[in-house]
Amino acid sequence: MSDIADRVKKIVVEHLGVEEDKVTETASFIDDLGADSLDTVELVMAFEEEFGIEIPDDAAETIQTFGDAVKFIGQATAA
Amino acid sequence: MFDLTGKNALITGASGGIGGAVAAALHAAGASVTLSGTREAPLRELAASLGERAHVVTANLGDPAEVEALPKKAAEAMGSVDILVNNAGITRDNLFMRMSDEEWAQVLDVNLTSSFRLARGVLRGMMKARWGRIVSITSVVGTTGNPGQGNYAAAKAGLVGMSKSLASEVASRGITVNCVAPGFIETAMTDKLNDDQKARILTQIPAGRMGRADEIAAAVLYLASPEAGYVTGATLHVNGGMAMV
Repeated sequence: MSDIADRVKKIVVEHLGVEEDKVTETASFIDDLGADSLDTVELVMAFEEEFGIEIPDDAAETIQTFGDAVKFIGQATAA
Repeated sequence: MFDLTGKNALITGASGGIGGAVAAALHAAGASVTLSGTREAPLRELAASLGERAHVVTANLGDPAEVEALPKKAAEAMGSVDILVNNAGITRDNLFMRMSDEEWAQVLDVNLTSSFRLARGVLRGMMKARWGRIVSITSVVGTTGNPGQGNYAAAKAGLVGMSKSLASEVASRGITVNCVAPGFIETAMTDKLNDDQKARILTQIPAGRMGRADEIAAAVLYLASPEAGYVTGATLHVNGGMAMV
């Protein structure tokens, strides 16, 4: 799990250009990390590639925070 | 003048007069090209005349599955799609009162909906690359209207609205989305007009002649070039002054 969190954090930090300590469990990509709606699409694309998974649009909509992303990817890669 | 070395372009309707000229112009500027259309033989012929860096992927743009597959096949052939030219188009002309639902739907499907699907299909790669060019060939009639072409004019005007919306969304990612709107161009289609019809048309064109396919291709080449990076959401009218809009 922590490995997933680290990899997700790295993508978020790189893509949004934010400080690592801002990327907390409850940090919202849009409200706290300055992402626009297109950034969130790009983040989902980057997660898909990093973890070799498919994130359907309706699932992508539920991924609002860093914690959401780690949780979803943890479940998707465990399956 | 414009250098597209290392860029990969997908051109639909490449077996037609304008599509073929666009493919040749982009190829001459150094791009690799994937030629798409419904008829394989003329596409193969064009690819052979271009030589290296030319690929052929046939697709029927009225078939959603084939449209979805086309960007993937083009990317497999070339490595990526950096430039998409939505050129393919059909006409099903009829007076409005006589136009069938099918005539309407066919033209909207091929001319507008397939362009939407193709653009959606190439965006992921362009977003990652932080560079992309989408150019749709529209028509002067999308702006002026034309009797008998309610479906065609609607589709062409639709491309303009679609392009402007997409242009706003992806401008910050280095992707531009533009249209080229030809007037009357010498192609197989206009060759069929008789001298009287041609003379009547020419009275409406200040330049006093029809345009050539390579004059459309030059406009597409410009919009596809790195130099046009600050031009987006625009329509470049190439019509000899027929409609100054």
